[in-house]
Amino acid sequence: MAQVRLEKVSKSYGKLETVHGIDLEIAHNEFVVLVGPSGCGKSTTLRMIAGLEEITGGTISIGDRVVNDLPPRARNISMVFQSYALYPHMTVRDNLGFGLKIANMPETEIKTRVDEAAEILGLGPYMDRLPANLSGGQRQRVAMGRAIVRNPDVFLFDEPLSNLDAKLRGQMRVEIKKLHQRVQTTVIYVTHDQVEAMTLADRIVIMRDGNIEQIGTPSEVFEHPVNVFVAGFIGSPPMNLLDASVTGDKAVLDDGVEVPLPAGCNVREGQQIVLGFRPESFAPKGHSLHGDAGALTLRRVVAIAEPLGTETILYVSLGGMDVQGKMLNPRVVHPGEELDFTLDLTRLHVFDKAFGRSVRA
Amino acid sequence: MSRLSIEKPWQRWLIRFGVFVAMAILCVPGLWVVLTAFRPNIEVLARPAVWIPQNPTLDNFARLFGLSSAQQGLPVAQYFVNSLVISITSTLVAVVIGMAGGYAFARYRFKGKATLFLAFMLSRTVPGVALSLPLFIIWARLGIIDTSFGLIVVYMAINIPFTIWLTDGFFRQIPVDLSEAAQIDGCTPWQAFWRIEFPLARSGLASAAIFAFLTSWNEYALASQLTRTTASKTMPVGLMDFTAQFTVDWTGMSAMAVLIIIPALVLTFIVQKHLIAGLTFGGVK
Repeated sequence: MAQVRLEKVSKSYGKLETVHGIDLEIAHNEFVVLVGPSGCGKSTTLRMIAGLEEITGGTISIGDRVVNDLPPRARNISMVFQSYALYPHMTVRDNLGFGLKIANMPETEIKTRVDEAAEILGLGPYMDRLPANLSGGQRQRVAMGRAIVRNPDVFLFDEPLSNLDAKLRGQMRVEIKKLHQRVQTTVIYVTHDQVEAMTLADRIVIMRDGNIEQIGTPSEVFEHPVNVFVAGFIGSPPMNLLDASVTGDKAVLDDGVEVPLPAGCNVREGQQIVLGFRPESFAPKGHSLHGDAGALTLRRVVAIAEPLGTETILYVSLGGMDVQGKMLNPRVVHPGEELDFTLDLTRLHVFDKAFGRSVRA
Repeated sequence: MSRLSIEKPWQRWLIRFGVFVAMAILCVPGLWVVLTAFRPNIEVLARPAVWIPQNPTLDNFARLFGLSSAQQGLPVAQYFVNSLVISITSTLVAVVIGMAGGYAFARYRFKGKATLFLAFMLSRTVPGVALSLPLFIIWARLGIIDTSFGLIVVYMAINIPFTIWLTDGFFRQIPVDLSEAAQIDGCTPWQAFWRIEFPLARSGLASAAIFAFLTSWNEYALASQLTRTTASKTMPVGLMDFTAQFTVDWTGMSAMAVLIIIPALVLTFIVQKHLIAGLTFGGVK
């Protein structure tokens, strides 16, 4: 059993604090993804868990052990680096078996376990090659193989897919997911790519500026972002976020359009708010994801249409901004065409402007 | 690339000829020394000059080691041993310290790092001979004039900044990730260094070693000041033993020059394959 617990963990470089006392609890076998823009502290957090970075304050425990002062080798973790970090002077076989050899495991058992890992990752034909003679995807597999042979308590992934091209990235994403189902280990995975986060994670941890903004399952952070940052970060295309002010039970946008607020919003008269809705909730009549019931109809001129096959992204002006709508089962739309758009009022997100926090019940 | 390739045969031959002439000019003096080492004295003094030795002989070499009937009282064997001991010791120490220093500069941050590095490099700009007088006086006071130890210390001082600079560059090329990966794989930092970083930096260390060795092996100016007797005289200094008040023993001097060249040449060939860097490519990205 290897749950990972971070309590008030902080990191400073001199006077500069980059991680501000974060708390995080990760269950045994859970796949947790740390995601955020660059410089948000996600990699530093991972490296602190690995023991590659000393922690300035707080406690990190793996299983029942506090590992604050343990060196990486004593934590029973393994890590896949963004650069793969394969040992260039060793063959694939030696790369895979290196950790076992260091642990003084008998040769025969090393061979068994290395072969097993190679089998899982399909590395059989490449065992005697040097890393220099492998493709990007193969190197990626070797790096994962090196991580699994040691049978660690926790797997750490540091942006493992960012050096691969888009197609290979998609394939490896699936392989990582399969691997997790097969080896059943706690995984902590760092990425800046919200698609990776959404597709891989049991739970997503969204970080910004050394703080955790929200922790939740992919659907929780997608459906119920706690603040404007999470709302804008998760989802592609991103959520539309418009400034508005409260008048009665309506939000008035900057261009005077009135949008009825959902019941139970914690707002007062005249308050400045940010109104959010996903492109999926804003579509021409008859083309929306959840039907047109309970929707506000707005007549708008299409500025740009981006056909993507199964859907078309439409850009229209609303509240003084360009907003995006997603048209499902699309027909051909020309720029300049005027259409009735429906805005799904049940899927509105409301944030207070001053703090960015969600005020929806 | 194709723009630079030379298409026409006559152009190719012209270039080959040019290279031949240049190489001939460069190599003739060296070749002359080697040829002279294998000819009897009478050919050296012949006018006009005899190019190819007519009566090639190993007598000059035999003479150096006192094996010839014509006895010569030069302790060349002792000079050779002195040179070896001094060069190898100073090289080993310089490489070990240079490796430690280079690693520290490449991997760690510490106060005054940039200044220290600059100071090391500046020390390379001072010509050694300029310091020979103060060195002589200090060494004399310390009582290490005419000892191997005295010369070893001087050569270490010359070589260490250079080996630090060279190994720093090589360690910088090795991504930190590799050492970190090894530590996660179960290594202590010490093990990670010896099993991962050291093998990858080996070519750099080999080139540092050969440069240090050749510097010590060939150095003349300081050695001529700081050595006096067979206790510490090195081969280059020993060359001057062949000049007497009125005569110069050209054949003996040439034979000894060949002896000086051979170890350097052999060593370069042995280490040559390590000089080809590029082993680290591929492990990362």
